[in-house]
Amino acid sequence: MKSTPADSFRLMLQIRRFEERVLELFPRGLFYGTTHTYIGQEANAVGVLHWLEESDIVVSNHRCHGHFLAYGGSMHGLASELMGRTTGICAGRGGSQHIQWRNFYANGILGGTVPLAVGMALAVKKQSQGSVVFSFMGDGTLGEGVVYESLNMASLWELPVFFVLENNRYAQSTPIKLHLAGEIAKRFEAFGIRTMHIDSTDVDLIRNTSEELITSVRKAAGPRALIIDTYRFAPHSKGDDVRDLEEIEQFRRKDPLQLQAAKLNPTTVEELETEVMEQVEQAFSTAQQDPVADAGAVTAAMDETA
Amino acid sequence: MTGILQALNDGLRHSLEASAAVYLLGEDILDPYGGAFKVVKGLSSDYPDRVITTPVSEAGIVGVSVGMALRGLRPVAEIMFGDFLMLAADQLMNHAAKFRWMSNDQVRVPIVVRTPMGGYRGYGPTHSQTLEKHVLGTAGLRVLAANTLVNPGTVLSRAILEDDDPVLFVEHKLLYPQMMFSAGSEFESHQLRGRYPWSILRIAGAPRADITLATYGYMAEIGREVMVRLAYEREIFVEMVVPTQLSPFRLDPLMESAGRTGRVLVLEEGTLNLGWGAELAARLLETLDQDIQFRRVAARNMPVAAAAKLEQHVLPQEDDIFSAALTLMKP
Repeated sequence: MKSTPADSFRLMLQIRRFEERVLELFPRGLFYGTTHTYIGQEANAVGVLHWLEESDIVVSNHRCHGHFLAYGGSMHGLASELMGRTTGICAGRGGSQHIQWRNFYANGILGGTVPLAVGMALAVKKQSQGSVVFSFMGDGTLGEGVVYESLNMASLWELPVFFVLENNRYAQSTPIKLHLAGEIAKRFEAFGIRTMHIDSTDVDLIRNTSEELITSVRKAAGPRALIIDTYRFAPHSKGDDVRDLEEIEQFRRKDPLQLQAAKLNPTTVEELETEVMEQVEQAFSTAQQDPVADAGAVTAAMDETA
Repeated sequence: MTGILQALNDGLRHSLEASAAVYLLGEDILDPYGGAFKVVKGLSSDYPDRVITTPVSEAGIVGVSVGMALRGLRPVAEIMFGDFLMLAADQLMNHAAKFRWMSNDQVRVPIVVRTPMGGYRGYGPTHSQTLEKHVLGTAGLRVLAANTLVNPGTVLSRAILEDDDPVLFVEHKLLYPQMMFSAGSEFESHQLRGRYPWSILRIAGAPRADITLATYGYMAEIGREVMVRLAYEREIFVEMVVPTQLSPFRLDPLMESAGRTGRVLVLEEGTLNLGWGAELAARLLETLDQDIQFRRVAARNMPVAAAAKLEQHVLPQEDDIFSAALTLMKP
């Protein structure tokens, strides 16, 4: 699996432009419900999932669009899902934070997905499948107790799960200094999980740092964790941002896209911008013409008569 | 005659034998201990790779099971006491019950969560509860209750091997030492076919029943005692209708019986307020085109006390059911 700096840039750009379009279209009433964007954090998913193999599994959370697109998911499928179309990945049943496609699973309950990832890793191990389960969480997730039950079992049973903790320094609106005690890495290390902690928005650095950790998970050495200090430029959800504008500006100077663009020829960057904008345009315009999911497509939650 | 504990153990053993996808997870489930109530005894010795003892982490156990199920296995999670089930509520409600539907049926979650509910053992407020009513009605989650009228081991292995949806399998601490019911000369028993059968019990040779007694799980044992007393002491004849599946809620056999007797008595061990019996009354009212006399017997709306006399005061007793039946018969 070889990806060039331009490939990483393209993927990050796809996530960025896709989500910018989502935030732009929301006030125009094209979506129903809510969304949580990944803008600013793109380098994490793109860097880490560079090492994804066909049979690997990704377990994501409410902020899943970036993970999904980096996993290889389709922009059109996601746009349709957000617009409640029958062509959506889950035909409009799940919406923004409940995405299921191939080996990609997302659920909007913080922490609740972490034991799922551990259970999947247990299934992988018991069936000698050699896959890696990527479990994404954020700093806010660390407030949920079930996370620690899960870390304990993952380590105790030496399961092939790779925990990726994206520390964007906020749990919704609450800054980390008001919601987290001690050091994040120690929470993983307390369970005997080898952990690395980086403060970077450089996709190449994130990719290179995660390689060795993921390789050891794949070699059945047990779980590993990577903590990435990051930042989201957009609100938690749509308009709910009370953060200091200066602080946001300061982090914008470390925009992962700008960092990566600086490594590329300006013509390449321009070409990629055009290519990606067309893809995003295409995804949303197709989705908008797709049939709206209606009651006719709704089936029972289970077989009631069994 | 098979005991219930043995039947459940047989059902688990049969499931482990029948499919390599079946795993058991739970606290203290390895031999020689074999689980707090010994339901899984012997299984870890015979299936050491597939019987996994866990930390004291109910949410984790159920969550891990959901993850395993999403990846093609058929895990069975034991929650040591039903009272601890709510520690795993998020996993049941937001994960197990949701994944199939919210993925547009792309995935299934074939897990079974087994747990003993119930009191009458003096275990006090947090180890004696009947909490399944809080789970009933959750779309996407099936709730079954073991009883002695239908072999619970068979029901359990069907849930494990044949059901692709998540199942909460409610046992009762007092069921474990019971024997499987045998009608003998005293009762007539009918089972309505299906994966999770209904049972209908009558006094042998009785005239047309006066009362429909609707109940489930261990309460059917108490109900049966009262049926005999009412028949012999008062010549009041009761037809007891016992579903194995509580949720999704199905009404047919109950409605049919209620239509014949015109009197329905509900017996449940959970607290009276907002319970199974209330749903049943609502359904009968909506469905039946005739007047129905209706009474409920359930636990008082208070915690289950530890001291014997106090516990007795809180939980439904034979005499309560007997009196409620007499009240129903008043013209």
